[in-house]
Amino acid sequence: MKIGTVNGTGSASANGLLMKALFRMGVPVTGKNLFPSNIQGLPTWYEIRANHRGYMSRSGRADVMVAMNAQTYQKDLNEVSPGGFLIYDSTWPRESSLHRQDITVLGVPLSKLCNENFDVARIRILMKNVAYVGVLAALMDIDLEVIKTLLEETFASKPKLVESNLKAIMIGHDYALENFTCPLPVRAEKMGDNAGHILIDGNSATGLGCVYAGATVGAWYPITPSTGVMDAFKAYCNRFRTDPETGKKNFCIVQAEDELAAAGMVLGGNWAGARSFTPTSGPGISLMSEFIGFAYYAEIPSVFIDVQRVGPSTGMPTRTQQCDLMLCAYASHGDTRHPMLFPANPKECFEMAVQVFDLADRLQTPIFMLSDLDIAMNDWMVPELEWDDDFRPDRGKVLGPEELKEMDRFVRYLDVDGDGITYRTLPGEDAKGAYFVRGSGHNRYGAYTEDSDEYQDVMERLLVKWETAKTLVPPALLSKAKRKTKLGIVAFGSSDGAVIEARDTLAEQGVHADYLRIRSFPFGQEVIDFLHDHETVFVVEQNRDAQMKALLILETNNIADRLVSITHYNGMPIPSECVVQGIARHLNAEVAA
Amino acid sequence: MTYIAKPKIDLPGQKRNELGLTERDYEGAMSTLCAGCGHDSITAALIQALWEMSVAPHQLVKMSGIGCSSKTPAYFVHGAHGFNSVHGRMPSVATGAMAANRDLICVGISGDGDSLSIGFGQFGHVIRRNLNMLYMIENNGVYGLTKGQFSASADPGSTAKKGEANEMQNINTVATAISMGATFVARSFSGDREQLIPLIKAAIAHPGCAILDVFSPCVTFNDHVGSTKSYAYVREHLHRANGADLIMPAEEISVEYREGETLPVEMHDGSMILLKKVDAEYDPTSRPAALGYLEKQRLAGYVVTGLLFVDDSLPEMHAISKTAHAPLKDLAFEDLSPGGEALVELQKGLK
Repeated sequence: MKIGTVNGTGSASANGLLMKALFRMGVPVTGKNLFPSNIQGLPTWYEIRANHRGYMSRSGRADVMVAMNAQTYQKDLNEVSPGGFLIYDSTWPRESSLHRQDITVLGVPLSKLCNENFDVARIRILMKNVAYVGVLAALMDIDLEVIKTLLEETFASKPKLVESNLKAIMIGHDYALENFTCPLPVRAEKMGDNAGHILIDGNSATGLGCVYAGATVGAWYPITPSTGVMDAFKAYCNRFRTDPETGKKNFCIVQAEDELAAAGMVLGGNWAGARSFTPTSGPGISLMSEFIGFAYYAEIPSVFIDVQRVGPSTGMPTRTQQCDLMLCAYASHGDTRHPMLFPANPKECFEMAVQVFDLADRLQTPIFMLSDLDIAMNDWMVPELEWDDDFRPDRGKVLGPEELKEMDRFVRYLDVDGDGITYRTLPGEDAKGAYFVRGSGHNRYGAYTEDSDEYQDVMERLLVKWETAKTLVPPALLSKAKRKTKLGIVAFGSSDGAVIEARDTLAEQGVHADYLRIRSFPFGQEVIDFLHDHETVFVVEQNRDAQMKALLILETNNIADRLVSITHYNGMPIPSECVVQGIARHLNAEVAA
Repeated sequence: MTYIAKPKIDLPGQKRNELGLTERDYEGAMSTLCAGCGHDSITAALIQALWEMSVAPHQLVKMSGIGCSSKTPAYFVHGAHGFNSVHGRMPSVATGAMAANRDLICVGISGDGDSLSIGFGQFGHVIRRNLNMLYMIENNGVYGLTKGQFSASADPGSTAKKGEANEMQNINTVATAISMGATFVARSFSGDREQLIPLIKAAIAHPGCAILDVFSPCVTFNDHVGSTKSYAYVREHLHRANGADLIMPAEEISVEYREGETLPVEMHDGSMILLKKVDAEYDPTSRPAALGYLEKQRLAGYVVTGLLFVDDSLPEMHAISKTAHAPLKDLAFEDLSPGGEALVELQKGLK
């Protein structure tokens, strides 16, 4: 189902209501907001996918199109799948222009109906969008009681709004019942109650994860599509971490002057012992690179959450891509390499947001969590988030005054344990643990050096740490095909849903492929094994230059000839058909050869 | 930043502060700056001020960016953690550190290149946030490490070592800081320890961002005829708006001053700064007066020093953020993570 409206007309709440109603009916559902980089006036669309199989990726189909924006009528008309339905505001009839043989066009005079029933101009515009929810409820057999309950919950403190919203819904509903044969063949059927599931967007889940991880310092510069992370962190902190009597807050959020400063604050905060993080997007990472290199070399734990959007440069800020892999993996000048985590959905955003702080503290290095606009800003149906009350954060190798007392002397960069990770101290605790952090050449004792051997000694030890990182980051997840196969698929992050669905489609056609979902960088042995165990490995990703494939070639051996790239980078979330077609094309070409 | 350990010699009869520490305990590594560098005098003044104030070394953090000035945190208080960050970005790292642990005493050392060019943005915004720190700018008007380019504080008409004249306007550190809303702005001269030490102490006692701009001649690249940041020029054109002494609240006022020539300014923590008024009409609590005075003196060719502006009634970063009193780094995990039950409850609203 696709709904085309005008930005800033209240369609978001109408669409949310529709989606939640389907969710409450037990139908697996996802919503994708395709919006412009604009505050008011430009076209915006919302896609709702509901299907009994529970596929979450973008389908690429539009069985029902609600066209509320005259500006985009023609485009919307063209996008309706054959056999589908187009609903539009027929206050101004368009029979001649909205014409296609293979679909059904249903006109509802929404503006006229709302003008007759509501007084204030602004209310009329808002209610027009609520009214199409009523039309759809009638056409698709969506439970009116569920909608009513949702309105009562949403406007619990404003009963008047329940009344007016319900009125608008009934206007649309009744018009549809009177004028069309309801329900349509495309309709919703109650399936259960989606027990054990929630609807949440990735940014909210990420912000919540940071709260649960015990992060206390958040530094940021606003940038789409990451802003929701700090909004959520702030909201949940206000709820859970504010003393109700004194109003004192167990957290500190600093809106920095730019991303360079935000990165500096993250370093300063972690250096001084508070879990500190910054949410940003690709352009922010570019600006932060100087500090990222510093944190790598001076070995300061730091958490960077990169919600990827379309690049290069300003690119398309409200569209999605997986395009910052290379940027993050090797950010900053000189020899640097950084671990990355790839959540595939909001539930993993929550879990990895907790994990990323432990990893940063344990490895004493910058760690990137890369989600993307699709995960971050869209509503996903995921299993309920879980929390183990026995969880305690792993702060890594930090020496306090007690431990220092036992030591003759503290030195910062000595590899005592052989894992490449050295001990640190925190300022404000003990003069014996004092050391001088520097991004300039230093030796294993932490002293300045320009000596070749001393410099190289530290750089070599950082490689030992890199090997340790491979054993600490979350491993890739393997899903074997039902039949033995020499085909493999590698994907990560938000491409997961498309691959899951594509494998089912291909299996129906007799093509079977094992699937490895990479969840982190550096790659563990399981990734290398998978590449070697398959003759052809399709690497599915949402960028032009096949960055994951490039990373696999760079960081593993002798596998370039077996990797086949499937890329999708137009800014829309990857649909499963892209994966199906990519694989089929390659296999057909092989047959032809 | 070459590191040469300085031998620590305990002499009998050395004076000890309230913590039982001698001035030697506040020293750092041997300086590797040029002989006669103004920065070394500032370091010496810092050592004396911190010792006299009985700052516990472990409570101090020494922050810096890049440049000659930014090397100096290695040269004082070896028992304090130091952070030599990247060029122009010291204020952001200091902000993060102070966010994590508000009990730290933060001394940031910067230079005119570090603060007025590459780090001009961070300089302005740390003032805006009113971060509780001493922000010292060791100002010599020149890029020393890259061999003598003009900095943004070089006066128009002043010449470089090889005779080239600067034709651009300069950025006036103190006037800029005052106009950006700084709550403590002072200027001094590296060769005037009598004025500098009390200003350092007052700046540390100030509950907010204290900007201290110190002219510090570069003996190698900017100490010639034609320079307006040379020892000779500054000495000739120095004009003290006031001298100052900081009287800690518990101490007896022992500084000699004459009625009518001093203006006591009470600090937030109860300590007093006594301004020795050279100009009877000078009022450091008035922003327009300070800016007007600075401009008047500049036109007359004077370098005004002293405490130029102070307002310690404005809230610092943590007061604005309503942060808990205990350092965030010390909070127990139980006070930070809402727990499983809260998560179940919260998710009821997501169905």
